[in-house]
This record gives sequence, C-alpha cells and structure tokens, in this order.
Amino acid sequence: MTHALSRRGALATGGSALLALPGTARAADPTSLLNASYDATRELYKGFDALFAADWKRRTGREVRINQSFDGSGKQARAVVDGLEADVVTLALAYDIDSIAARGLIAHNWQSRLPFNSTPFTSTIVFLVRGKNPKRIHDWLDLVRADVKVITANPKTSGGARWAYLAALGFATHRNGGDARKALGFVRGIYANVPVLDTGARGATTTFVQRGLGDVLLGWESEALLAIKAAGPGRLEIVRPSISIAAEPPASVVDKVVDKRGSRAMAEAYLRLLYSDAAQDLAARQGYRPRARAVAARYAAKFPPMNLFTIAEFGGWKAAQARNFADGGAFDKIYRPR
Amino acid sequence: MAAFAPSPPASWRESSPLPGFGLALGFTVLYLSAIILLPLAALVTRPWQHGVGGFLGAIFAPTTLEALRLSFAAAAAAAAANVGLGLLIAWVLQRYDFPFRRVLDALVDLPFALPTAVAGIALATLYGPRGWIGGLLEPLGIKVAYTPLGVFVALLAVGLPFVVRSVQPVLADLDAAYEEAARTLGAGALQTFVRVVLPALGPALTTGFALAFARGAGEYGSVIFIAGNMPGVSEIAPLVIVGKLEQYDYSGAAAVGVAMLTVSLAVLIATNTVQTRLSRRGGP
Repeated sequence: MTHALSRRGALATGGSALLALPGTARAADPTSLLNASYDATRELYKGFDALFAADWKRRTGREVRINQSFDGSGKQARAVVDGLEADVVTLALAYDIDSIAARGLIAHNWQSRLPFNSTPFTSTIVFLVRGKNPKRIHDWLDLVRADVKVITANPKTSGGARWAYLAALGFATHRNGGDARKALGFVRGIYANVPVLDTGARGATTTFVQRGLGDVLLGWESEALLAIKAAGPGRLEIVRPSISIAAEPPASVVDKVVDKRGSRAMAEAYLRLLYSDAAQDLAARQGYRPRARAVAARYAAKFPPMNLFTIAEFGGWKAAQARNFADGGAFDKIYRPR
Repeated sequence: MAAFAPSPPASWRESSPLPGFGLALGFTVLYLSAIILLPLAALVTRPWQHGVGGFLGAIFAPTTLEALRLSFAAAAAAAAANVGLGLLIAWVLQRYDFPFRRVLDALVDLPFALPTAVAGIALATLYGPRGWIGGLLEPLGIKVAYTPLGVFVALLAVGLPFVVRSVQPVLADLDAAYEEAARTLGAGALQTFVRVVLPALGPALTTGFALAFARGAGEYGSVIFIAGNMPGVSEIAPLVIVGKLEQYDYSGAAAVGVAMLTVSLAVLIATNTVQTRLSRRGGP
C-alpha cells in the first residue's frame, strides 16, 4: 500500500516537473550589456568593449560590464529569437537582423535608426593569393580558368560566403549586360573550381593558409588582411578585383530585450559609439573599412578605393536570399547531382 | 530453495533490498522525459508546418537524399569495418600480455575524450593532399580528405571505441577452458574461433556495431572538417540540417532530423533483434 502510494506520488512529481520546465526570468541588471556578434569580430569587440566601458564611466560615473557572445551570424540570430537576452546584435548581414525583426523582437525600421544603414563600418570581398601571385590571378575571369582552384565557404552556412557569391554574381551581371542566365553560368564556373566547401569563412581561411589547398581564397577583406598579418611577410598577397560588393555587417538594439531590462539608453550609446573616431580607428586596424572620413583618409593606403556595388543591386537581402540561397534556389542548381 | 536461481526483476509490490523505489522511479521518469522524450517530441511535432507534402519535399530533394545516403552508407561501412578491427584490437588487448598494453588500452578511449572538432582537424591535416598520409596516397591517385572516403575514415576513428569496449568485457569473461576443450576434441584453430569464440562474442559485436553506426550517422564535428562538404557528393545529412536552419527553415531541418531518427531507430531495432537471437542461440 505504501509502495503504491509512493509510486503514484513519484509519477505525479515527474509529471508536474515536466510542466514546470521553462526557466525563470532573469532579474533586471542594468550594469551589464550583452552583445551577440558573429565569429570574425572577436578581436574588434575586445578592444571596443573596453573603449565603451571607459566612455560610459566618464559620462555617467557608472561601471558597465560588456558580455560578448560569438558564433555564426545565422546561429546568433536564431539564439536571440529563441530567447538569448542580447541587448544589441552586431551581425554579418542585414538578413539575419531582418529575421529577428520578423519575429517582433526588433522594430521593422531598425536599419534607418542609425547612420549608413546601421552599418558603422564595411568590408568587401577580395582575392587572397599565394606570395608573388604564381597563378597570375588578377580579376574575376581568372577564377573560372581550368588551372585555378578556388577556396571559399558554403553560402548556405556562412554569411561571408553569401557576400562572396553575390560579389561574383554582381560582376557577371555587369559584364553580361544584365543577362541573368549568363551571369549564373559564370558563377557556376567558379564553384566548379572549388574543391572544398567549408562551413564558415574562418574554416575556408584555414583550408587555404594552413592546409595549402587551392590557388585563391575568395572572402572578406578583413579576413584576408588578418591572414596576411598572421602568415608573415611574402607568403600571401591581396588581389582586389575590378569590381566587388560593399559588404555591410549591420548592428541594432534588440527592442524587446532592452525594454524589458531597462538597458535601452546604454545599448543605444554602445552602438552610437561605434561611429566615433576612436572606434572607427580600431575597426580600421582590424581590417574593416571605416565610415568616418577623417579615419578613412588616415588608412587610405590600407584600403585602396574600389568599384563597389551594394546589396540593393539584387533587390535587397530578402530577394537575394530567396532567389539564390533558399532550398531549390540558384546555388542548389549549381550542385544538382548529375 | 531456489536460492541460486537468478531472481526476476523485483516488481514494485515486492520489497527490494534497495530502498526508495518510488523516488527513484519518479526521478527516472522525470530525467528521461527531460533529456530524451521532450526533445524528441519537439522534433517530431516540428516538421508538419507545410503538411505532409512539405515534409516529404524536404526529405526527397535530390541533395538531401544524397546526403542521407552518404551519412548512412558511410556509417554502416565504418561500423562494419570497426567490427573486424575492434575485435582484433580487443583480442590483442585482452588475451596477450606485452609492454605498454595498458597504454594502448587507454588509447582506445581517446576518441571518446577528444573534442570531435579536434579529431576532425587532425584527420584533415593528416589525410590532406599535403599531409603525412595524404601526401603518400596522393601520387597513387587515392584521395581521402575532401571526398566521401574521408567521411568513412573519420567515422572509423569515431566508432572504434564502441566496438572495442563492447567486446572486451565479454572476451574477459569467456573462459579459455572452452577453447581448450574445443581443441582437445579435435577442432582446428579456425574452427575453434568460428564455432566457439565468435558465437559467444556475437551479441557484443552486434551491440558495438549498432552503437558505432548510430553515432556515425549523426556525427558532425569530426566529419565536417574532412568531408569537403560538396552538395550531392560529400555533404553529410547533419550539414543539410545546419544549412536549413541557416535559412530559418525549422520545419525542413526537423523533417531531415525525423528521417535520420527513423532510419537509425529501424537499424537499432533490427540489430537488437539479431542480438537477442544470437544470445539465445550462442553463448557458452
């Protein structure tokens, strides 16, 4: 009898605990700020967070601790949607912030709330080649040559690779007078020369630099500059193509989170400070193209002017994503099994 | 009277020497629900957002089918190879004494302990065209890294401990007297192995195969670095899931997850059945 009772009790305990699983809400803690960012920005935000903490202390007299979370851009967006309480998101492409906004966590007009489409600094897609450029790779057309192997990441899993794919597509569209079919044919030619598709931009850099695979790495300018610095003089060179895309990694406050935590003022100050000369200088040193004129002038030699088009060329991210990277889209057709 | 007969599991009515049955059962139910049943239920309810058509469409897309085929074929091939290799290694470690035997024994567990990404990067470096082993194979026209063969090699490394650790205890319990008896009754070495040793090890080998297979089919971390990840050629099913998540296609990702779960479950049930048959028939 006692056993029967205790068994019923045990099952009831199990059942009620099942219903009570979701975690309890965190208490408001306006002395800290969480920035959810993408992988390649680690070094940048390490410096910037110290800059902001000092600035905030000077202006308000209060201490602030900045917490950082780094992962793939899309993964971070999903984490925020699933409940990661990030006050600000600084991601690789607007599409990922748009998808947070689509779930009501960020205001739909987020991209017009800060200067330059809410993108404090930009980057672009360039070629990284071996020292002295042995395969003489100078522009996009060289990437479809039969003797050239191209290393790049998979656009389906990497934000940076999506910029790279669109840069190639943009070049081909310009060259073929807007003929979409011919343009896609050219892009297909590039991916036919790709022996390994890494899942992330950093992985592709490793494949090219450490494993010595391929003749040219197609990816972020910031990543290429970092790789050259890490590899030492003479081993790698940047080749800037005749035309490329202005890659814009944007930033936004997560409205639902800051309103709940009461951290809006701090979060907005954090993002505004990204546009200051000190922060722009920091970004330039980390390989990002600064927006501020004065800083850009200082780093003109590091970032030669290039002929760049923007995502607007493809009708914005939503259209570009649906046409090229969604299942059954243009990228999938490149790899349709024969 | 029947003091030495194996006792059936105590039912909840009978008192057991171990106290706290009610609490223990409650915890078991809660724990298994929280870490296994609830996530699985969430997975199974997810893919139906676009109806049965959407579910089937996600699974039967050509690249997804290719990825599923590669994941399961490579897992099955690697698990099968590991049954042979694992048996050999378990045999050597259990039946012979030699210097550094314990060190080798501990090495078998390393794939358990190593972060899978570390194993994957190490394998990719070793088997890449510039690597120690890859560099030797390249002139022979054999490419391992960045091909489906690379997936097989990674799963070989990941699955080995499952087979060795399943077989070892059974081998330790297997009395050498049976083998001696077989030999004195005139059986040859091969005959003794096939007719006496192997039937006793059958259930353990089957368990090892099933564990290595299930682990291999879902393996992501180590494979991703050596596979090359070309859609339709060397792209594994877990990567297809990651790709779908990246497009916020939760229902498509869950559909592929359910497909993988179904196949794995079918294989596990099949091997379980085989195992039960084997242990009923064989065994000393």
